[in-house]
Amino acid sequence: MIVADRPGRGAAKLLSVDATGRVRDAPRAELAFLFNAGDLVVANDAATLPGSLRGTLQRSGEPIEIRLAAWVTTGDPTRFVALALGPGDHRTRTEDRAAPSPLSPGDRLSLGPLTAVVERLLDHPRLIALRLLGSHASVLAGIAHHGRPIQYAHVPEPLALWDIWTRFAAEPVAFEPPSAGFALDWQTIGTWRRRGIAFTTLTHTAGISSTGDAALDLRLPFDEPYCIPEGTAAAVNQIKSKGGRVIAVGTTVVRALESAAGADGEVRDGAGLARGRIGSRTRLRVVDAILTGVHQPGESHFELLEAFADLTTLRELSALAERLGYRSHEFGDSMLIESQADQSRAVFVT
Amino acid sequence: METRIDLEGLRVAVTGGTSGLGLALVRRLAAGGARVAFVARSPETVARIARETGTHGIVGDVSSKGDIYPIALQITGHLGGLDVLINNASSLGPMSLAPLSDTECEDFSQALAVNVIGGFRLTKALFGALAVSARNQGSALVINISSDAAVNAYPGWGAYGVSKAALRHMTAIWAEEARADGVRFLSIDPGDMDTALHARAIPDADPQTLKRPEDAAAEIVGTMHHALSRSRKLPVAVRP
Repeated sequence: MIVADRPGRGAAKLLSVDATGRVRDAPRAELAFLFNAGDLVVANDAATLPGSLRGTLQRSGEPIEIRLAAWVTTGDPTRFVALALGPGDHRTRTEDRAAPSPLSPGDRLSLGPLTAVVERLLDHPRLIALRLLGSHASVLAGIAHHGRPIQYAHVPEPLALWDIWTRFAAEPVAFEPPSAGFALDWQTIGTWRRRGIAFTTLTHTAGISSTGDAALDLRLPFDEPYCIPEGTAAAVNQIKSKGGRVIAVGTTVVRALESAAGADGEVRDGAGLARGRIGSRTRLRVVDAILTGVHQPGESHFELLEAFADLTTLRELSALAERLGYRSHEFGDSMLIESQADQSRAVFVT
Repeated sequence: METRIDLEGLRVAVTGGTSGLGLALVRRLAAGGARVAFVARSPETVARIARETGTHGIVGDVSSKGDIYPIALQITGHLGGLDVLINNASSLGPMSLAPLSDTECEDFSQALAVNVIGGFRLTKALFGALAVSARNQGSALVINISSDAAVNAYPGWGAYGVSKAALRHMTAIWAEEARADGVRFLSIDPGDMDTALHARAIPDADPQTLKRPEDAAAEIVGTMHHALSRSRKLPVAVRP
């Protein structure tokens, strides 16, 4: 699979599989002309924090990188669950990065203009509870200026914040970009509106997708807070009651909507916590299709796709994407997978 | 009796918020109950005005590309979203007014960088937050502070006038494009005000003939409230 090694919203491709198993390869620009009047597209409007903070462990002067990974209290920028990485930078794959020297509660870190204290060691050598000292305002300013987006080994040029905010990014509460949203722009949303396809958003605090540690990665995603506005829940429930489809932009939207759905499929508005994993055994109650990046078997997001299509279908899709030169990862091409009416159906290309 | 507009909970960001019209807007909005974040370049002045007004001060330069996203992050991170953006920061261009044929290219660029490009970049970075506000509350608003130099060709005001004309036209285009998303755009000319910027441009102007920034701020807040109240629920209180 070709790895997308730079941001950019230029010519991209879209591999879609509809509910009957029919597969189509098209330019992603055609996204604006998919779906039907009465359908609803839901995206994650979380902006992404520049959650990579470089600095030193004060007692030894040893270089350290902190990656903010989850909120302790959503929106409080002074306390985080964080990953600690030792010397090295993003040119080394996270999996190959050295662990930092063992940390102890009370250890102080100098992170540019910020000072941080290790509050607790969590149940893994890389995972800590971290407090950033200062007022909310000064800490937020420190993160805004000193923090850098989490970089990827497969993207050689340093990423800036404008590379990792979607067009509709709003409040900065995500730790990695809800990257399926890179496929959308305001022109596409406007075309949908003219065609009778509604667009709305929810906010999900998308967490890190990889910790660099296989054992820790198995626990991903962490429990992730989300918030569904009243209008979004009402729109979803109305669309469903009228027989329209709900298309989720990205795995975070699936997690939030399915988590907020009652047994009757009614989506509740307000704040919630997306827990656990969605996979082959999940019966989707709300979402009819997912727009996502190109994921390979074994990747963290792949398991969730099994709620939409069986493993055989997904593997065939991946193989087809590879043959057609699709680009994977955050800035790559897209897949649209409708929930399969008959999961034993074979995939064929038209 | 004074009619006071109740802006309780409205989330507003103001650029150029430590002097002249911007400072008057920050004070007026805060007095009305709005939650205000403002942007200016001097850390000391930002801290002082934030303390005085109980608002959130952000140090940044809207003409600097690298500052825009950190500014946007702090605005939405602190306010939890955004309902109104007021692009007020303004650069006159050359220190003393000059004919275009005497204007240094760098001065011309600087006027465009602050008055047009800065407003464009910040609005674009915050458009997602404004669209969320519009979806959830009915509408959101961008106010771009204009000038009569945007429409009248005053000799010597070339860099400033061109930049304000561009800003005015950008506002009009964006208003058309964003209408369906519920984000409204207004260009407001506050009139000639007794500000440091005006004094630099016309040192011998009689301050008695100029509008007080506080009066201009009151008019703009009234216009803002009127624009929002057509599509959002906003209380208006008449207080003694």
